[in-house]
Amino acid sequence: MDGLFIVMVGALVAAAVYLLLARDLPRVLIGFVLLGTGVNLAILAAGRVGAMVPPLVPPGSSALPDVVANPLPQALILTAIVIGFGLTAFALMLVVKVYARFRTVAADDLTEAEGAATPAAATLASQTPLTRQEAA
Amino acid sequence: MHSLIAAPILVPLVAAAVTAMLWRQPGLQRVIGLAAAALLLVVAVALLVETASGRILVAQMGNWAAPFGITLAIDLFSAIMLVITGLMALAVAIYACGPGAAERDRAGFQPLFHSLILGVCGSFCTGDLFNLYVWFEVMLIASFGLLVLDRTDEQLDGGVRYVVLNLIGTTVFLLAVGLLYGLTGTLSLADLARVAPTVENQAALGAVGMLLLVAFGAKAAVFPLFNWLPAAYHTASMPVAAIFAALLTKVGVYAIIRVFTLIFAHDMAVFGPILAVVAAATMITGVFGAAMHYDIRKILSFHIISQIGYMLIGVALMTPLALAGSVLYIVHHIIVKANLFLIAGAMRAEAGSFALKRIGGLWVAAPALGLLFLVPALSLAGIPPLSGFWGKLVVIRAGLEAEAYLLAGIALAVGLLTLYSMIKIWNEAFWKAAPAPAPAAPWTRREQVATYAPIVVLAGLTLTIGVWTEPFAALSLTAAHGLLDRTAYIEAVLGAASLQLAAPLLSDGGTL
Repeated sequence: MDGLFIVMVGALVAAAVYLLLARDLPRVLIGFVLLGTGVNLAILAAGRVGAMVPPLVPPGSSALPDVVANPLPQALILTAIVIGFGLTAFALMLVVKVYARFRTVAADDLTEAEGAATPAAATLASQTPLTRQEAA
Repeated sequence: MHSLIAAPILVPLVAAAVTAMLWRQPGLQRVIGLAAAALLLVVAVALLVETASGRILVAQMGNWAAPFGITLAIDLFSAIMLVITGLMALAVAIYACGPGAAERDRAGFQPLFHSLILGVCGSFCTGDLFNLYVWFEVMLIASFGLLVLDRTDEQLDGGVRYVVLNLIGTTVFLLAVGLLYGLTGTLSLADLARVAPTVENQAALGAVGMLLLVAFGAKAAVFPLFNWLPAAYHTASMPVAAIFAALLTKVGVYAIIRVFTLIFAHDMAVFGPILAVVAAATMITGVFGAAMHYDIRKILSFHIISQIGYMLIGVALMTPLALAGSVLYIVHHIIVKANLFLIAGAMRAEAGSFALKRIGGLWVAAPALGLLFLVPALSLAGIPPLSGFWGKLVVIRAGLEAEAYLLAGIALAVGLLTLYSMIKIWNEAFWKAAPAPAPAAPWTRREQVATYAPIVVLAGLTLTIGVWTEPFAALSLTAAHGLLDRTAYIEAVLGAASLQLAAPLLSDGGTL
């Protein structure tokens, strides 16, 4: 069982790293989702997979039986999934906005923020912010 | 359980919720936001008074006994950070009533701002590693929203860089938390401190430490993980940039100090030199990055990075004096750096641009602003008798005492180069003649007061710390001793009997 987890985590993280190195943003985003999944599986494995008895106190007794599944990693993963979903949703909306504004999702073509390095561009960019309406 | 211990979390939480519900009434939002920030400061000062003697306040949430439940633990270091957070929240909340307030509040500044403060305060209060991760995420998602508040082109671009790099950093943190749980069977910081030295597989524990260092380092913008900061901070609107500069990176530094003094203190033979190299490289790259830029916001952004290096020296050396230096430096730096960003905003309002080539003659147009700029700028460079001098003095003296001469030398040289950048801003913005007649500032009296009041107060604080250093230094030293006294922290959280029961919770002895 552990071996299967190791292979799965490895494959997911490898795919995630490959995608994170990509030049366009949707791929990077999918890479982040895969990385999150790989990490969640790693947490599950770290909590030891093996016992298949649910961690419930049987009626009439006051403590858990000796061998039960570890409930904590699932609580952690549930939290992590919720957080990851929120972050992904925000990042996706940001990419959509970027595409609507610049008509590109290639990281190389995004140079707006760097433009501020030259004085002329900085002045132009810094004088517009509050008045400019959304292009989309 | 102390009645105030959850207050630093509850106050911004309620403020964020209420301001979000009052979406269509920006005026009311602003009043509530100001009141909440003031209340947070009061609560934090009360907590500081409680902990000033070195006492640790502990509360178990939902009455689940540690290490099984989530613990809130506030020691003196946490309390100091909370006070400075409250102070910054109040200063920026006032400043945010200045120019552009209406647009910002319509875009949802207030709820996001208080969510950010919530995440920061939560990180400072918690005594649980996974809980720390959750607070980091609260802070992160709020900072995403704040960064792209105005939806300008450069903010969208800067936002993409900031978001992508922070998403990866945060996932690395999560992985480290999972692996640490697998090794030790616990996530309570106190319990981790107790069992970490007894873990069989110390190599794996070291690897986890490295992962945590990468995750927190990315948050704190240390070398070589600092790229997101200068790519994004200068695009944010000024109140946002000020609160980011004051608090976000410092939460990373706080996490590094907390985790490495508690969990990896037995392993500092490995991490000490790594942290020292990182600290030195961070100081140098930051200051050189600042030297090559001619946009005020970019110069200030790179100086954040450079100053983070000073704060890490304390953890790298791990002596009481060095840690006290770090604490004092963090306090000084937060006040000074936030103030410089606030002043940059005022300079923009007076002269019309952030680009040094485009502005000038501010000394004639706004002499008061010039004096107000000099206080934090010279303090940042470490000129006596301002606060930065004492911060640097303690850090460098600790370096010399620990015979880390190279580190101390670099810290000195970087101070000099900092002075170069500050003088550059002074010469270009204040001293030289204006390239074009400066446009008359079209702002109202109220906006002017809102802009200048926090700047004056923070400059006054810088002077106070500089002239009347003794109590601040003494407090930092007590905090440093508290940080190094792991047993006291463990006992406060787990109870006195805790040091005996060292059986790992997981059946197979913590091998991974």
